[in-house]
Amino acid sequence: MSAASTRPRDPLQVGPPRLSETVPAGGAWSHVLKLGTALRLTALDDGANVSTLLFNQDLLPERLNLPDTLKSQERACVAPPMVLIGEMGSALGTVTGSSLDWHDALCGHIRDEQVRERWGESSYATDRNEWRRSAREGLLREMAKRDLDRRNLHQCVNFFSRAQPLGDRRGRLAFVEEHAAAGDWVELRAEVNLLVVLSTAPHPLDERAAWSPSGIEVEIRDVGVAGADDPARGFRDQSARALDQTRRLHA
Amino acid sequence: MSARWEADVDALAQSALEPASAVEDVVLPPGDGWSAVVAAGGRLRIVDVDGKQGVDALFYDADEVTNRYSNTETVIAQGETYLTTGSRLLTVNGDELMVIVADTCGRHDTMGGACAQETNVVRYGTHTRHEHTCRNVFLALAAKHDMTVRDLTHNINFFTNVPITPEGKLSFEEGISAPGKYVELQATRDTLVLISNCPQLNNPCNDFNPTPIRIVRWDRAAVDALDTPAPVA
Repeated sequence: MSAASTRPRDPLQVGPPRLSETVPAGGAWSHVLKLGTALRLTALDDGANVSTLLFNQDLLPERLNLPDTLKSQERACVAPPMVLIGEMGSALGTVTGSSLDWHDALCGHIRDEQVRERWGESSYATDRNEWRRSAREGLLREMAKRDLDRRNLHQCVNFFSRAQPLGDRRGRLAFVEEHAAAGDWVELRAEVNLLVVLSTAPHPLDERAAWSPSGIEVEIRDVGVAGADDPARGFRDQSARALDQTRRLHA
Repeated sequence: MSARWEADVDALAQSALEPASAVEDVVLPPGDGWSAVVAAGGRLRIVDVDGKQGVDALFYDADEVTNRYSNTETVIAQGETYLTTGSRLLTVNGDELMVIVADTCGRHDTMGGACAQETNVVRYGTHTRHEHTCRNVFLALAAKHDMTVRDLTHNINFFTNVPITPEGKLSFEEGISAPGKYVELQATRDTLVLISNCPQLNNPCNDFNPTPIRIVRWDRAAVDALDTPAPVA
């Protein structure tokens, strides 16, 4: 955690968290983030990746729609102060801050087969709780606890990761190894009661020789709802309209 | 012109299949939907009749529809965000559904998603809330095949130009297709295809004027005949 002390803390981060716990490397976690709270993820080691799915808990099966999120705000990645837009056109959450200006939104999550191919067989019997499990396994497991299944799967955000578009004729991507360092953070404010399902397994383009995912710290704080002068409203007209649609949702 | 607005000309490829041997050959008006199973070994050609017409498409393993097309699996397996000749369409489980075997346009999008009433409001304003969209077409097609909103994920936008830049911009830009350009896919396994001939009026994906497309479908026999040399007279 030495790098953490060298990075600026967000001045908006005040008061004790409602919840503070860690998710180990290669683990999975889910929580309904209440409207008016924010979730802060902090990387505990270098090279973190957090494959994250979002659902509108009160209007399931509505889920995050990344193509709509990206094209509406004309961005190929997720960064503050973008809103994350659901299938019904409202902002489900807002990225209110981050020490990084790029979080991958193009690559999806890693599957069992890819984990086995890259880092070999692993099982509970041989490796106990250090066994290497994929994001697919972790996400589906957390979803199943809430009666959601593979039909509810959708394109995830990979917080802390970057696959760099090369701008060539084929639109090739190059994975940036260790885009994030220990102490990097991102904060997501809930605009609805937001089901967050996440996995700390490696990014699907991570081909580093060693299985080296990072654990994360998760903290939840009261932050209130987006005000009229919220930075997301000033980002793009589309971001403001998505927040307007959330207000319509609550009508 | 920047490379990001160009097709990969080296990927352009024509097909030798003739519509005479097809099992289906239809013209789909703008705003309409079409669906069918393309049998393993068979092919599907989509023709941009008047040019610059966006065509939204979803793909499913016909035997197990939860094994459906995944834009992200397709992109990471190939390391490329645009589709053209040689691109393999993969499912959420990494299985190959179809391969693009011919393409005279050179570039297709799979990151921009389908238009919907709700996101039209976000993108263009509340006056567009009741305009026709691809998502409405897909919902109707899904119902026809006993599927629901949960089965609708992120599609391919054929003939649609959505450049992704090194600076992190993603936007719908003027099309690079032209009248008569086509893309042809060969099914690796029986594949259910849903197509919405995009009715969007608010961005350049249809050149602000949605137009018809032609859909031609062949079974395996016609494709196999193509590969068999004609007997010497």
